[in-house]
Amino acid sequence: MSDPVSFGPDLAEVFGPSQSDGGPDLVQLLTPEGERVHHPEFDHDFSAEELRGLYRDMVLTRRIDVEATALQRHGELGIWAQLLGQEAAQIGAGRALRPQDYVFPTYREHGVAYCKGVDPLRLLGLFRGVDQGGWDPNENNFGLYTIVIGAQTLHATGYAMGMQRDGVVGTGDPDRDSAVIAHFGDGASSQGDVNEAFIFAASYNAPVVFFCQNNQWAISEPIERQTRIPLYQRALGFGFPGIRVDGNDVLATYAVTKAALQRAREGNGPSFVEAYTYRMGAHTTTDDPTRYRLNDELEHWKLKDPIERLKVYLRRNGLVDQQFFDDLDAEAKELGHHLREGCKALPDPKPMDQFGYVFSEMTEEIAAQRDEFAAYLASFEGSH
Amino acid sequence: MTNQKITLAKGLNMGLRKAMEADDKVLLMGEDVGKLGGVFRITDGLQKDFGEDRVIDSPLAESGIVGTAVGMALRGYRPVIEIQFDGFVYPAYDQIVCQVAKYTYRSQGKVKMPIVIRIPFGGGIGAVEHHSESPEAQFAHTPGLKVVACSNPVDGYWMIQQAIAHDDPVVFLEPKRQYHADKAELDESATPEPLFTSRVVRPGSDATVLAYGPTVKTALKAAEAAESEGRNLEVIDLRTLSPLDMKPVYDSVRRTGRCVVTHEAHVNLGMGAEVAARVTEECFYSLEAPVLRVGAFDMPYPPSRIEEEYLPDLDRVLDAVDRTFGY
Repeated sequence: MSDPVSFGPDLAEVFGPSQSDGGPDLVQLLTPEGERVHHPEFDHDFSAEELRGLYRDMVLTRRIDVEATALQRHGELGIWAQLLGQEAAQIGAGRALRPQDYVFPTYREHGVAYCKGVDPLRLLGLFRGVDQGGWDPNENNFGLYTIVIGAQTLHATGYAMGMQRDGVVGTGDPDRDSAVIAHFGDGASSQGDVNEAFIFAASYNAPVVFFCQNNQWAISEPIERQTRIPLYQRALGFGFPGIRVDGNDVLATYAVTKAALQRAREGNGPSFVEAYTYRMGAHTTTDDPTRYRLNDELEHWKLKDPIERLKVYLRRNGLVDQQFFDDLDAEAKELGHHLREGCKALPDPKPMDQFGYVFSEMTEEIAAQRDEFAAYLASFEGSH
Repeated sequence: MTNQKITLAKGLNMGLRKAMEADDKVLLMGEDVGKLGGVFRITDGLQKDFGEDRVIDSPLAESGIVGTAVGMALRGYRPVIEIQFDGFVYPAYDQIVCQVAKYTYRSQGKVKMPIVIRIPFGGGIGAVEHHSESPEAQFAHTPGLKVVACSNPVDGYWMIQQAIAHDDPVVFLEPKRQYHADKAELDESATPEPLFTSRVVRPGSDATVLAYGPTVKTALKAAEAAESEGRNLEVIDLRTLSPLDMKPVYDSVRRTGRCVVTHEAHVNLGMGAEVAARVTEECFYSLEAPVLRVGAFDMPYPPSRIEEEYLPDLDRVLDAVDRTFGY
């Protein structure tokens, strides 16, 4: 028997040992226990107002998710993609954006949509089955929800290349310089489109931040099925930096994303942010996680809840009083009411509505099919 | 201005240049389209004159090319992308079918996708596999895409400009075997016909032959040969495959009573099947014979030494015409 062939470096030596709980490179500014810690590279001097704002955003985002989940249970939505547990990752990333920055979401970025000023009610149309998205992407600089995971990362890169051609990158004017953020998940990291987006963005030095919410599960498949090395370390192979941040820490996510966006706006190219988090709910309301993961794991992550740790910090440091919580509770209730009543009032599209919009102007072919169908429907009028 | 004699490659090149001069939002992107001018030289000289920001050499990833074009279109650009060969479009199929074709619909008309996807298509150049395919039906079958095919230098010049100026995504098929073949006289001061129209390219009275792209030339040659045998064929260049412009076809078939449709693509579920169905619906009482299709066999593209036995040619078109007289 000969010795095994030696071939290149040892991966464990290059990438380090197994990294459960995020590993040593995890950027964190607020521990699960609510203790403020500092980081030499990524930090931000948060004012009390900012901290209360981030807390409020996360609470309201969770409320959107809880209400939508309940609406699905009541039969008002066909399906809902829950974000439970990912509030910090989304609010941290969403609040780091400037108005001129553009977001390309998956179908789970309800918190980012909220940060961009998209009425959460608009998000429900897709899941209720009354439209396919339907908002104007250019109104809030928030692209349409994308269900083919990974496709939007290329749209983001192309959009960023457009920004370069418009001269809104690296001018030094903070109101002008712009960047794009592309959201995707750990599952999508295996998609060809995501890897092609990395290559295009690196090749053209495009101002795009690839923001991966690694929630550990792609429906039933654990992260180990997608990668043998920590995802953030993949970025270096594509020629740009990758940072792993505690995605349940809204302060760290905000600070890291802000730096990544600023780097892009300044013309220094793409970067990769891996927000290390956990999908506390199901993949969607049709999924049953008890078939493939242990409850112990969920209980472990509940201790790292993104909202609880900031609540502890705010309370311990006397930055909030009972009135703050009462007001927020009332605001959340109002939001819930808005979603419940608004959802039920969303009008069903009419049978003839299916003929609209596929082209800038209706073709004669489609007009003929529409007219034929209208005549067919009309033939039933007066009959029982 | 004196009219010049140009090839299809030259016509497309001149048309692209015109479109870029007319609108600075027009960008070209693809593999080798820059310094090299494309493997067929369609973009020759354009990067030199318009710069690397507007004529973009892309990484070798077709989905990446189409996907980034979607983002550019959202930003207000009009990307014109080159897929190097027909058989290389499939890695981009998802982006074309799920993203390009649907973005306008999904946004309820709030955003446009003015993207032109240029694809050199068809065979006859003695190439290795994946370089001779005719995927048009796969795109014509997709709601949200428009599909056109040019067949000659003058159409190439006008149609590429019209496609670029159009607000919907257009799959633009170029018969690669014609790129450097025949020359035609271009009158740049002429007024072109609208993009989404078919056209009678040879009037006749005995039977109608429908073709597009590379088979237009085949059909015209067949008509010449038939004439020497005393049979007068009308040839229509369909030009637009989605939407189809069927009125000139119906008018013709109502006169001739016979219809043959030919394309290089496979017959099964090809454009000819759709055309035959429509002609049968609209011209049922005028037809003297079933609509016959002449295309490639339902086999993968063969080794190039026998490609001429696989593709429709003059004799197979005439054979089909003969058969329509046998009913």
